Amino acid sequence: MSSSVIRVRGLTRTFSLGSGPVHAVRGIDLTVGRGEILGFLGPNGAGKTTTLRMLTTLLPPSGGEAEIAGRDLLRDPAGVRRRIGYVAQSGGLDPGCSVREELVTQGRLHLMTKGAAAGRAEELAGGLGLSGLMDRPTAALSGGQRRRVEIALGLVNRPEVLFLDEPTTGLDPGSRAELWDLVRRVRAEHGTTVFLTTHYLDEADALADRIVVVDAGRIVAEGASAELKSRYAGDPAASLQDAFLAITGRGTAEQPLAI
Amino acid sequence: MTLLAHTGIVFGRCLRSTLRSKTNLFFGMLQPLLFLALFGPLLTELDLGVSGSSWQTLVPGVLVQLALLGGSYVGLGLLMDRNLGVLDRMRVTPVSPLALLLGRTLRDVVQLVAQSVLLVLLGLAFGLRAPLLGVLLGLLFVAVLAAALSALSYGLAMNVRTPSEFAAIANTAGMPLMLLSGLLLPMALAPGWLAGASRAVPFRYTVDAVRQVFLGHYANTTVAVGAAVTLALAALCLMGGARLFGRVRG
Repeated sequence: MSSSVIRVRGLTRTFSLGSGPVHAVRGIDLTVGRGEILGFLGPNGAGKTTTLRMLTTLLPPSGGEAEIAGRDLLRDPAGVRRRIGYVAQSGGLDPGCSVREELVTQGRLHLMTKGAAAGRAEELAGGLGLSGLMDRPTAALSGGQRRRVEIALGLVNRPEVLFLDEPTTGLDPGSRAELWDLVRRVRAEHGTTVFLTTHYLDEADALADRIVVVDAGRIVAEGASAELKSRYAGDPAASLQDAFLAITGRGTAEQPLAI
Repeated sequence: MTLLAHTGIVFGRCLRSTLRSKTNLFFGMLQPLLFLALFGPLLTELDLGVSGSSWQTLVPGVLVQLALLGGSYVGLGLLMDRNLGVLDRMRVTPVSPLALLLGRTLRDVVQLVAQSVLLVLLGLAFGLRAPLLGVLLGLLFVAVLAAALSALSYGLAMNVRTPSEFAAIANTAGMPLMLLSGLLLPMALAPGWLAGASRAVPFRYTVDAVRQVFLGHYANTTVAVGAAVTLALAALCLMGGARLFGRVRG
């Protein structure tokens, strides 16, 4: 078995709008090792979500190829879907459904029998501290609880790769820390590869083994957090923010605010 | 597993959702019943230019209207699921993409047929008399038409961005089609140009056929043409809906 679980070559995506083509992703080459936590970092509009939607089979690429969990993205999207978990930024919970119903349905959508899906739901609820919430409608959960349910949905099929799109956006600091712990635990206990997008520097710093910085649809830097800091900010003790600003050249007020 | 099994999984999920939202269910059922109760009595003394009682003309019309309006609006629910990310979550599973459409459509058919049964029962209370076989055949027409419009509605919902965009398109298309089909009053009353225009609207043939079977006439040209047009429409809408549903937007 190869040690890389995601291999991406020349991935592009162009949207055609009335005003002309928009090149959201301009050629991404990327390899992710088994069991790695990869932070896909970039400012809003950098192409993070578009890339993620392509890698999770939701959006056909305009060009390029990828192999995920040993399956070809273009030729065997169903095979990819069987082997990955995906948690969108919007989460994907139906507010009227109970936690149990969501978990069992997800198991059924992964073609488990009713019994297996119910068993898997209990197992995940136990592991993720959701057992006491199983019969609550998801609308009645706190932000942090909801995120945990969403992650549980992404884990129903014991995926080889878990894709998380901006997993802590909108969470309070305590819930963010809990979620980081959860992601680390998933990797530690199951060897799951985690591919997460974020625009939070501290999140990438705290969680990712390796950071890939994207800007305007291209990879502009990659490496471990300390490497990026010393390479771009000139000092491993610098903040990742300094490195990020040096890489993307933004964040400073280029023009005076016209108020 | 087969497409049928996948569709069953999605259908089960959707049906439970529908049954859970009691408020929606209650008011959704109430509207066509009110329509029949508050509009139907106006027609009993009028000469509609057709055979049978006014209820044998109106009830089939309201049934087809229910399938037409109820079916074409289901896309709004899908838009909500899209915005919540529920649909994307389900699309990243091995369940067949077509089943995600068919399971929902099947739920809509079941719901609309259940509503239709209530509508017929209310009609009976008001004085509708129709043979059982005719009513059952009428419900079959409603089911096929509901499937067609539901699939098309989901296809549309996958290709617009906002609920208001969706509603504008569905309204603009639905309203003239409804009026042109002679659902509320038969086209026998229409001037030549209007009756002619209604010949271009497929629902016209469906409602004419349902009116015939409510009168107990099963083996005539109107019923045969109605069945053929309704089935052809369903085939087209299901294919078109599946295509539009499968098309992915950013």
